[in-house]
Amino acid sequence: MEHASVNPWAAFAYLVAGVCFILALRGLSSPATSQRGNRMGIIGMTIAVVTTLVTHVPGEMVEATGQLCSQMHTIAGSGPALCHDMTYAPVLVVDWSTVGLILAAIAIGAVIGLTTARRIAMTDMPQLVAAFHSLVGLAAVLVAAAAFLNPQAFGIADMVIPLIGKPFFAIYPQSRIEMGLGIAIGAITFSGSVIAFLKLNGNMGGAPILLPARHIINLTVLAAILGLVAYFTQDQSAWVFWTITILSFAIGFLLIIPIGGADMPVVVSMLNSYSGWAAAAMGFTLHNTAMIITGALVGSSGAILSYIMCKAMNRSFISVIAGGFGATAAASDGAAKVDRPWKRGSAEDAAFLMSQAEQVIIVPGYGMAVAQAQHALREMADKLKAHGVRVKYAIHPVAGRMPGHMNVLLAEANVPYDEVFELEDINGEFAQTDVAFVIGANDVTNPAAKTDKSSPIYGMPILDVENAKTVLFVKRSMGGVGYAGVDNDVFYRDNTMMLLADAKKMVEEIVKALD
Amino acid sequence: MDFIAILSIFVMACFVGYYVVWSVTPALHTPLMAVTNAISSVIIVGALIAAAAAGIGAGGAVSKWLGLLAVVLASVNIFGGFAVTARMLAMYKKKERPVPAKH
Repeated sequence: MEHASVNPWAAFAYLVAGVCFILALRGLSSPATSQRGNRMGIIGMTIAVVTTLVTHVPGEMVEATGQLCSQMHTIAGSGPALCHDMTYAPVLVVDWSTVGLILAAIAIGAVIGLTTARRIAMTDMPQLVAAFHSLVGLAAVLVAAAAFLNPQAFGIADMVIPLIGKPFFAIYPQSRIEMGLGIAIGAITFSGSVIAFLKLNGNMGGAPILLPARHIINLTVLAAILGLVAYFTQDQSAWVFWTITILSFAIGFLLIIPIGGADMPVVVSMLNSYSGWAAAAMGFTLHNTAMIITGALVGSSGAILSYIMCKAMNRSFISVIAGGFGATAAASDGAAKVDRPWKRGSAEDAAFLMSQAEQVIIVPGYGMAVAQAQHALREMADKLKAHGVRVKYAIHPVAGRMPGHMNVLLAEANVPYDEVFELEDINGEFAQTDVAFVIGANDVTNPAAKTDKSSPIYGMPILDVENAKTVLFVKRSMGGVGYAGVDNDVFYRDNTMMLLADAKKMVEEIVKALD
Repeated sequence: MDFIAILSIFVMACFVGYYVVWSVTPALHTPLMAVTNAISSVIIVGALIAAAAAGIGAGGAVSKWLGLLAVVLASVNIFGGFAVTARMLAMYKKKERPVPAKH
């Protein structure tokens, strides 16, 4: 089968764009090279867009005699080679109104995108990423639909002139599979990301919504989608295409609603992966190397992040996707009873303990993000440093609502990144630390993960804060439990002091007390 | 290009992606998601082809408008994604005082 004339220079340019994208990710191996990496990404994207614009100038090739080449192919049923055989070179008559529309579309997108990027608060980054994923998904759906409606523009169809009836374009069976998968993955990415966005943004409760027999419903819908994609190769009717689309929108929705808030890091990573596979599927349809390379990169990136997140929670990917985790937490939230003795401390106590310490390790969690306490926290760390205290930060991989969420928030508050450590790099240090300051984290410090086999978080790697001489635990109240719905033994230890208040307020009071 | 050639590029790119992404420092996982999101908007290539195509018949005209809408969505992502990544990366700073080199 012959794809529409692929200009070798254009193919080369797309390959260069793909390499730029690889280098963009490579740059992220260290904060020092990361900005250069981002610029490589911008260069790659510019190459891809400009190449497409110059090789697909809207307009028609008009032969010197004024005859339309496109009419010529329709009659002859062959490719544009016919134009080149003509004595007179065809001239491109540019359709300027379409050029204007395309440039306007890019400009509208640029204004919306740049404004959003400038205004978004760093704490809202998980929502923003989910929203952006939904746009990629929807764009993939639209492109697949456009390719289905106008296949000859994408060079994926042959004209068929039946004996009876009108001539039509038959899409290559292989392209139909790619297109079917592209639209299915795109639609799942879109509706799944919309739900993830609503949950992260608080428009929808974080608690899982469990439908009866949801596994059976989901598997049936998935099987129907795959069956229809297979059937699509035999019958390119519109109903098959649109049924695949609608079912895929539905399954994206059904897959994400039963997943609880604490599992969102996995969901966001997974949708990131899907948006990549959607781009790759469209790349197969268009035989475009830039799209295929990017799709593979993004697809594996999201898959690896999902894997890292699952490992950090000691849960299997299947159990996260099956959903329902945290449902019991929501149910027992109000009922959690505290009948064991625990110590309560004040901001002054905390300030005194920390100012006397040699080393303090701060353990931030999602609660810090919710309270927007990162700036106050940095101020506290500065004050402590002025007292000669060594301050470090310990980040659990699943702290927050997306991978690396805490690191961004601390970076926003001007915390130098060489004071921020990953779990495995700092965990041994708690034993030699005077104060562990836990703020807005809970499950990631729970020793039950190591000792209690019946605990839902058993096996999850945790930050060993209880090994520190003193643990200061900032928490809103004693009643609430973490997302996993388990009580934390650290609260009742002799070396623990509970600081019950809003995270930001408490830190601000400690800062005052440190003066 | 035939299917096997394309598939080869895809499989190789998956391996490249695997190794490159494992080398990304966990501290930059959020910018990684933002930038992968921006580059996956390379789907704009398909959107531009659809928008630029001569709209023959009713399907062609609809296809053109779908393409234009996809161009808008993908450019929101491209501009927004790269800009927000740049904004985040600019915040990652080392300690001000010189520190001995690690690793």
